[in-house]
Amino acid sequence: MHLTLKIWRQSSPEDAGQLVTYEMPDVSEHMSFLEMLDVLNERLTEQGEDPVSFDHDCREGICGMCGLMINGSAHGPRAATTTCQLHMREFEDGETILIEPWRAEAFPVVKDLVVDRSSFDRIIQVGGYVSVNTGSAPDANALPIGKEVANRAMDAAACIGCGACVAQCPNGAAQLFTSAKIAHLALLPQGQPERQRRTQRMVEQMEQEAFGSCSNFRECEAVCPKEIDVGFIAMMNREYLRAKLS
Amino acid sequence: MSWIVEFYRSSIGRKVVMAVSGLALFGFVLIHMVGNLKVYLGPEAFNHYAEGLRTIGDPLFGYGQLLWIARIGLLLAVVVHIHAAWKTTQVSRAARPAGYQLRRSVQQTYAERTMRWGGVIVLLFILYHLAHFTFGPDWAHPDFVPGDPYHNFVVGFQVWWVSAFYIVAQLCLGLHLKHGLWSLFQSLGITPDQDSGHGDWRRTFATSFALVIVLGNISFPLAVLAGVVQ
Ligand code: HEM
Ligand code: FES
Repeated sequence: MHLTLKIWRQSSPEDAGQLVTYEMPDVSEHMSFLEMLDVLNERLTEQGEDPVSFDHDCREGICGMCGLMINGSAHGPRAATTTCQLHMREFEDGETILIEPWRAEAFPVVKDLVVDRSSFDRIIQVGGYVSVNTGSAPDANALPIGKEVANRAMDAAACIGCGACVAQCPNGAAQLFTSAKIAHLALLPQGQPERQRRTQRMVEQMEQEAFGSCSNFRECEAVCPKEIDVGFIAMMNREYLRAKLS
Repeated sequence: MSWIVEFYRSSIGRKVVMAVSGLALFGFVLIHMVGNLKVYLGPEAFNHYAEGLRTIGDPLFGYGQLLWIARIGLLLAVVVHIHAAWKTTQVSRAARPAGYQLRRSVQQTYAERTMRWGGVIVLLFILYHLAHFTFGPDWAHPDFVPGDPYHNFVVGFQVWWVSAFYIVAQLCLGLHLKHGLWSLFQSLGITPDQDSGHGDWRRTFATSFALVIVLGNISFPLAVLAGVVQ
């Protein structure tokens, strides 16, 4: 298939940046989106041009490194799919594809399509963990956890921290990410001792980073590759209220 | 006091304030609509109801006192609600200074997209509505008679473009409530029981009450224009 790519190119954080058009005359529909960009980059390298920078690692939808705004939606048109798991068969022959980096004050562009997501790391650093010596792995089922609770905790723990929620949110808010990270620990027995302190600290860190304010528009859950739902945001609000009022 | 300021500074706390003030305004709007249905019972009943609002709380409160307390409470709720909405909008604008060339909504609805401008229209409506039926200066009402709300009501709505503005404003309010009455539960952390299998009762609540309020309120100008109330 023949595709026209319009890609955001920006040589450094200071550079103003611009869209650059590339023709891709021979794309296989079996390629993944990132493989298609690999082909472009090979060609650019051969021509002595600067290849397009983009983040990626596992390419199997589990690490959370990849993430592009494709035709105006985070991770492209397919629901519950990371950019690396998106295939070119989702597109039409002759289509023009617009590729932009995540855009948020808290995710500054480093180069081209690569953004700095360390604001997420800082939210985790203030409390997204359990500070007990866990020793060796405990025996399976030594700690009874109800099936529904385990399922729900697992739903939240599926978050890979890609940042699509922030990228898609009209408000640039990080509520879905932060709530998933708070919820998966708040639901489990191991997370109880630090439950309130964790919620407060993670929420306050989120507030300090330049994220926006949640309006419950649900765009985040629509693009989340792990289908994390906004029920967790309500849970975080409840946890935060409880921590503040007690 | 300082924890309240700190709470309000957090985006979560601010949304709690919006939810509570929004809920108070919703409660008022609902009672207001139901009360106005008395217009269908004729001038006596309607004017008696309006007068009765001033004697609620008697003998604990004097004439009109409770009404004034309610008015002050409402004014406070409006001011707080709008300040929080304004602040929230500022914070969110600052969170994405460089916009996308293209951003497509996936599941955001029309009601959600219009919360801000719809809110502004509702605000303009509230201001006009107060001038129209409460204060009654010449520019707002053709023949305002203090103490005869039924007369003011009928004469007021006989001006077709005033009625049209009321209807548009009610549609905006309905959209605002369709999202807002669901959203407030999210903001307050109230969720349906995950495993009840009954779907999201918050949606049913929001859509039904938004509809009831819009239909009730729109019926008033329509009834006057159609000559049902005269
Ligand atoms: C009768 C009048 C009004 C009622 C009953 C009402 C009710 C509500 C409710 C229940 C919410 C949801 C709060 C939440 O998500 O926690 C809300 C949100 C909102 N209201 Fe109102 N409201 C009214 C008037 C206004 C006015 C006059 C404005 C602006 C000038 C306004 C602006 C907003 C905005 C922008 C939001 C969304 C905030 C966000 O999440 O980003 N509202 N309203
Ligand atoms: S590269 Fe790891 S999730 Fe896409």
